[in-house]
Amino acid sequence: MSLRISTAPHMHNPLTTQRLMQFVFIALLPTAAWGVYAFGFSALLVLLLSMASAVAAEFVWQKIAKQPVRVGDFSALVTGLILGLNLPATAPWWMVIIGSAFAIIIVKQLFGGLGDNFLNPALAARAVLLASWPVHMTASACVNPTFFQAGVDAVSTATPLGAPGTFTLTQLFLGQCPGAIGEVSKAAILLGFLFLLLTGVISWRIPVITVCSVYVCTMLIGGADWQGALAAVLSGGVLFGSVFMATDYVTSPITPWGQVIYAVLIGLIITLIRLFGSYPEGVTYGILLMNIATPLIDRLPRTIYGVKKEAKKA
Amino acid sequence: MSENNEKKSLGKVFFNGIIPENPTFRLVLGTCPTLAVTTSALNGLGMGAAATFVLVCSNIAISLLRKFIPDQVRIPAFIVVICTFVTMVQLLMKAFLPSLDESLGIFIPLIVVNCIILARAEAFASKNGPVASAFDGLGMGLGFTLALTLMGSIRELIGNGSVFGWNLLGASYEPMLLIVLASGGFLTFGLLMGLVNLIVKKFERKRAEKEAQAA
Amino acid sequence: MSITEILLFMVSCILTHNFIFNRFLGCCPFLGVSSKVETSVSMGLAVTFVMTIASLFCWLIYNLLLIPLNLTYMNTISFILVIAALVQFVEMFLKKSSPTLYSALGIYLPLITTNCAVLGVATLNMNNNYGLLQSVLNGTFSALGFLLAIVLMAGVRERLGSSNIPACMKGFPITLVSAGLMAVAFMGFNGLV
Repeated sequence: MSLRISTAPHMHNPLTTQRLMQFVFIALLPTAAWGVYAFGFSALLVLLLSMASAVAAEFVWQKIAKQPVRVGDFSALVTGLILGLNLPATAPWWMVIIGSAFAIIIVKQLFGGLGDNFLNPALAARAVLLASWPVHMTASACVNPTFFQAGVDAVSTATPLGAPGTFTLTQLFLGQCPGAIGEVSKAAILLGFLFLLLTGVISWRIPVITVCSVYVCTMLIGGADWQGALAAVLSGGVLFGSVFMATDYVTSPITPWGQVIYAVLIGLIITLIRLFGSYPEGVTYGILLMNIATPLIDRLPRTIYGVKKEAKKA
Repeated sequence: MSENNEKKSLGKVFFNGIIPENPTFRLVLGTCPTLAVTTSALNGLGMGAAATFVLVCSNIAISLLRKFIPDQVRIPAFIVVICTFVTMVQLLMKAFLPSLDESLGIFIPLIVVNCIILARAEAFASKNGPVASAFDGLGMGLGFTLALTLMGSIRELIGNGSVFGWNLLGASYEPMLLIVLASGGFLTFGLLMGLVNLIVKKFERKRAEKEAQAA
Repeated sequence: MSITEILLFMVSCILTHNFIFNRFLGCCPFLGVSSKVETSVSMGLAVTFVMTIASLFCWLIYNLLLIPLNLTYMNTISFILVIAALVQFVEMFLKKSSPTLYSALGIYLPLITTNCAVLGVATLNMNNNYGLLQSVLNGTFSALGFLLAIVLMAGVRERLGSSNIPACMKGFPITLVSAGLMAVAFMGFNGLV
């Protein structure tokens, strides 16, 4: 197991990888459950298929590469589940399998396996799928019809970002809106966030600052009022991304100040892409781009604890 | 006897560029056009053919001039020679293959700075006779063309469902658009190079085993 | 050009139409000289320097010499000679005036002559009929995009150094795959300008 070991300060974390992954898995269950409730049986199929194919891809790779098989550590299962939650419930089966295989084999194993990937595997796979089959990735149908008495055409837009003002803040918060399976219910995501905080799996810093950054940037750059900015935070994948994907240990900075820079810039990029880019949603790209910058952020002088960069070379 | 030897070495010079020192997969030269123009098999072939033409002509010319070019200014002199042939290709393409010229775009004039051509001028043509240099250029050029056409075919097949414009995968195939975009170029090239390395290593291991058995 | 236009042009050159991730220019040094952050910064700065002055001189040569003399078909050959001469000149100048900078950039300077990003930017300026200011800005900003790409790449590659990459993927292949994944992330900037 080659989890990255940094110079001091070490977080004294008694959790093993397997334990960590189990906790993340549990934290994802409420939002998965809501997704299945809201989008129906097809969402359940997508989630099961993405988990099964991720685990299978990891197993096959480790067999072929003659490595010890470690599918029991839950990490492939969590990657599969996160990828599934990032897909629309209408995703065709072959796309789910390609996504899982890409995440596990190309983004994770080719780089040396768990702890050595420089991008979040599920997120990179999502970006690849979005670039490859944009039509399938942005379609979002099968929303539980009882939520849409107002006659909103759920099929026409992928996320509430495509049609601002269509949904009330309460609807957005509870998840009565279209989108990817896992990103719609902010209430369920917050439940998972609380669980991860209480078990000490993640710190509050990255999720809270990312969300605040999106809020402030939407106001400053987009000129939105407080309600509009709140809607921007509750729309799309901001909460899901900042809680479950931006906090990935392996691909986020180690130092507290590094994490602040990382989170602020994620929020800025998300807002810029949403406002000016050709993609409606920028969460995937914001996090991926800052994943890429993470090694550089980690090189910044760590003056806070009096640990200088030279310590790394020693 | 000596003639036979000469023939053998010419053949060796020729094949050297195709597999053992393939400029794309083994020497990793000329990566920009390899990544940029291989969105379809035809583009790959066209680029390869243009580069091969320049490579053969410049190799012959430099080999003939090798005794007259002073050592200090040899690199600028090589570049001028290469540039002359590139300009010829550019004008010919504009006149006879305007659509190919359009899809290859800026990468036709950039053949000038393709490291393969300068590297062969420096490493081979400036030290060998015109016949051997022509064979070297042809081999290297074909190696480059094969690699580009292979990349182009793979990317066109996955990203468009066709090869050389022939639809092979049927109407129900949903092409993976990413592969013909920028990042698909990097990914395909990287994975293909890994595969070539794997095959070459296996080959070498087998040969080593055979030699060990023979000994 | 107004300040806003210049800013938008900058975003376009650095992020949206990044030389590496979008246009495939300058891939050889991007793959070859990106194993350490410090050296990649030096390389990026050297390229920025040369691309800026090369854009200036190539524009002058093309518009003041080749067009009046009806010799526009000589563009490639004159551009490459200008670039080769410039690189030589910069090298000599740095050697005399700033030995520290010379020792930092020294080994990369000759490589820049055959960096297709330099000839590429001169040709792009010509094809797009850019004015003098826009040509020079295009040179600087595109080179800064190259700098960004190569430094990000070096950061990632320093991290890869110690990891358990399959033998056949070590070196160029894994670097190319990393570049591919980075290019996917850069697609997020599509349509920004």
